[in-house]
Amino acid sequence: MALAFDEYGRPFIILREQESKSRLRGIDAQKANISAGVAVSRILRTSLGPKGMDKMLQSPDGDITITNDGATILEQMDVDNQIGKLMVELSRSQDYEIGDGTTGVVVLAGALLEQAEKLLERGIHPIRVAEGFEISSKMAVDHLEKISHKFDFSATNIEPLVQTCMTTLSSKIVNRCKRSLAEIAVKGVMAVADLERKDVNLDLIKVEGKVGGKLEDTELVYGIIVDKDMSHPQMPKQIEDAKIAILTCPFEPPKPKTKHKVDIDTVEKFQTLRKQEQQYFDDMVQQCKDVGATLVICQWGFDDEANHLLMHRNLPAVRWVGGVELELIAIATGGRIVPRFQELTTEKLGKAGLVREKAFGTTKDRMLYIEHCANSKAVTVFIRGGNKMMIEETKRSIHDALCVARNLIRNNSIVYGGGAAEISCSIAVEAAADKYPGVEQYAIRAFADALDSVPMALAENSGLQPIETVSAVKAQQIKENNHCCGIDCNDTGTNDMREQNVFETLIGKQQQILLATQVVKMILKIDDVISPTEY
Amino acid sequence: MAVERLFKDEATEEKGERARMASFVGAMAIADLVKTTLGPKGMDKILQSTGRGHSVTVTNDGATILKSLHIDNPAAKVLIDISKVQDDEVGDGTTSVVVLAGELLREAEKLVGSKIHPMTIISGFRMAADCARKALLDRVKDNKDDAEKFRSDLMRIAKTTLSSKILSQDKEHFAKLAVDAVMRLKGSTNLESIQIIKKAGGSLKDSFLDEGFILDKKIGLGQPKRIENANILVANTAMDTDKVKIYGARVRVDSMAKVAQIEGAEKEKMREKVQKIIGHGINCFVNRQLIYNFPEELFADAGILAIEHADFDGIERLALVTGGEIASTFDNPESVKLGHCKLIEEIMIGEDKLIHFSGVEMGQACTIVLRGASFHVLDEAERSLHDALCVLSQTVNDSRVLLGGGWPEMVMAKAVDELARKTPGKKSHAIEAFSRALIAIPTTIADNAGLDSAELVAQLRAEHHKEDSNAGIDVITGAVGDMSVLGISEAFKVKQAVLLSATEAAEMILRVDEIITCAPRRREDRM
Repeated sequence: MALAFDEYGRPFIILREQESKSRLRGIDAQKANISAGVAVSRILRTSLGPKGMDKMLQSPDGDITITNDGATILEQMDVDNQIGKLMVELSRSQDYEIGDGTTGVVVLAGALLEQAEKLLERGIHPIRVAEGFEISSKMAVDHLEKISHKFDFSATNIEPLVQTCMTTLSSKIVNRCKRSLAEIAVKGVMAVADLERKDVNLDLIKVEGKVGGKLEDTELVYGIIVDKDMSHPQMPKQIEDAKIAILTCPFEPPKPKTKHKVDIDTVEKFQTLRKQEQQYFDDMVQQCKDVGATLVICQWGFDDEANHLLMHRNLPAVRWVGGVELELIAIATGGRIVPRFQELTTEKLGKAGLVREKAFGTTKDRMLYIEHCANSKAVTVFIRGGNKMMIEETKRSIHDALCVARNLIRNNSIVYGGGAAEISCSIAVEAAADKYPGVEQYAIRAFADALDSVPMALAENSGLQPIETVSAVKAQQIKENNHCCGIDCNDTGTNDMREQNVFETLIGKQQQILLATQVVKMILKIDDVISPTEY
Repeated sequence: MAVERLFKDEATEEKGERARMASFVGAMAIADLVKTTLGPKGMDKILQSTGRGHSVTVTNDGATILKSLHIDNPAAKVLIDISKVQDDEVGDGTTSVVVLAGELLREAEKLVGSKIHPMTIISGFRMAADCARKALLDRVKDNKDDAEKFRSDLMRIAKTTLSSKILSQDKEHFAKLAVDAVMRLKGSTNLESIQIIKKAGGSLKDSFLDEGFILDKKIGLGQPKRIENANILVANTAMDTDKVKIYGARVRVDSMAKVAQIEGAEKEKMREKVQKIIGHGINCFVNRQLIYNFPEELFADAGILAIEHADFDGIERLALVTGGEIASTFDNPESVKLGHCKLIEEIMIGEDKLIHFSGVEMGQACTIVLRGASFHVLDEAERSLHDALCVLSQTVNDSRVLLGGGWPEMVMAKAVDELARKTPGKKSHAIEAFSRALIAIPTTIADNAGLDSAELVAQLRAEHHKEDSNAGIDVITGAVGDMSVLGISEAFKVKQAVLLSATEAAEMILRVDEIITCAPRRREDRM
């Protein structure tokens, strides 16, 4: 196939070493790509919704992850196929943009690919299919805008936010205490949110976990928790009204960057050097003491002597605190990170109402709580749970909930969940399809069908009859002109999502549709796959 | 057309039923493995390491067994993890938690087989666990206010914990040891201040608790072997060559004479340091780091006992018991807090010389000296004692106590059974299954003791049908007995942790419907 002949009949080579490469072209290539994409989405399909199942993943090093989060599953799946990797990217970009709905976006893309395959079999050109999808995705996004609700919340009324976060958490293993976790997430976000600029910097929320205890013990700490302890075992374990010096220089003699040598050739020099060394330690501690610090947090280690001097002068200290944590502490306590002892001044000290060391369990584990900070703009979510996998999964769930809360603060429009939004879009797109002249009409109709697959998967995972349920809901939506009808996954007896308080963010949904369509378009446009065969 | 290969080579994927099967089988295999170690008549396991020397461990401790297993099954790893956490968090019940989780999954497998959706099972389990916890809470006893009773509670718990271990022969003795040690901590859970020294020789009965502190070190040559009213300086400082810490310093000389001069200066420096230390008015000096011969000689001249190379924990404990601070600079002798003790002497345990500090100021730390016939026995004894100490220290903080011997399980099972009868829908099957899993624990205890478990458990059930029954399995007589009379107690905190983490783990494994195993990371061939 890849062999061409010039006008004299001599073959010339287009692809180098073509015999060692496998090549798929035309419809075969498209079909292979589609089947790969669909295979990935099929893995995630069962994880969708409140009754979705988890996946257990074993990493190359033998570590176990148990998760329900689409992005995490795909990331750890060790996918080799090129198209499979595209799907992984898709889920990851949803994760970065929105943080939630990472499973839904892959399921939707898979459904679109399935529909596209049927159209290709009928002989419709892939580009036309792609264009049809593009048109319909625009329609769907516009429709979502139309059916979205704005809802009001304020710093005092956080109930709507909590409800939305609960929708996100209900699909995770932590749904046992989704209420309290949702509250933690929302309170955390509200604490760091800048309501005027409508922005939230999630970096200010630290999520820290420790095995042991139970999930109900998870708490929101208005302050910072550092997994470190005091540098000297006999330093006080609790400091009230702490004034914190945040240092990035070690309590050690200076190490100039330029290469140098200090030559000792006489006894006098030896002695002066010794004196200086002692002087140096003394000065360091004195400088901290002079500005009135009552706690020193340092990024580096201490020399034994310095450590004792600190202890001696009654100046508790923490060493080897990571850079990120140091920054958070600086933000929370309103202090400045000081790179040199000489620059230490009283104004640069951070303030915290209470710093305490807390021990856990029967082992030596201790953590440092920095609470009642001057600036409560940095918070920590502290997770407890029965085992390591549980903690990791809870961290991911909290992350999702935090993202949702943030998105709502940015844009307070919501659509109804439980598949209601998808069904409503599907009806709108279907209706618009008939008015569209040209081959794209088929693609638009297929798009509507694909949208149905999300509620279908929801119903399937909840143990309901998928086709029956979805068609019933669809009929109800058209009949009552009520776009809040969705799948009743929790068996509560009503399928009005407004009553069930199942919300999702508008931008999350829109992003899902746009991203899925984009990726499908990209996959459809590929008609030639050249890959090196196995050696 | 062939389905495109999605994963890398060697990566495997198990779906749906097969995945569930794989995790059930793995989890149950682990549970069955440790099952025989449960209860007072449980058996031990021999573990042989693959490392050099193929060292052998004989143990009864669930967490220790599971920690040393190399497991490939992902679900089994979850169980190992909960056992580890149980060990870190409460110290005991590491076997029970795995057995309970295994039994829950065994029951769940049957339910899945009869076409009940895992999610339904999970919600049933959750309700059951909640109800079981409440049932336990209703029946706990709390004797915190009554010091006398509280102590006897602690004794009972210690005896119950120890009875399943190698120490069961001398459980009375060890229970007393453990309770005494923990009471000295005064509510702190920091077990570091209880030092356990193992010395082979003698019998387990010769083990003792020492109120003072024993350091496994020798006294330097020519120094006093016995000091009364000692002032101790605990230090962490270099006593070998005091290096110049300023970066890049080096000695460059051009003649032999200068070398000698500098050496002299170095010596002078060390002598000064020693003088400063002596200036504290001490007669005992303990250092974490090495002490070279030269300073040691100086100390000996001054009649000061110098102990080198005490490790980190030793130093911290010593500082804790004697009330001194750990010093690294010696310029202000007046403000350094020195440690005190009445008597320091060298004692002999077996063939080894140890340093004994007695009459210490703060009574917080203490030392338990374990004696035993072989190292394996000692190691196992240490683990058992550790379990007991953990449980006791947790109980001091959370003084709620339950009866033992399968009693809590029966109480829970009864409450859960009642809940099952009241609950409509498919969930009730799951709740019923939960109660069966709970009963499996007394069954296993009875089985391991070689008793007729079916008969005993049936009797126990009947007993528990009455209100406020205290019936449990008395393994010694092999019959149902009153646990409060027999004095078998367990800590509430342990039981609660077992219940909650086992349910959590079972839930986690049940939720899985697909296992994806990545290709193992390739090791570089070192051939």
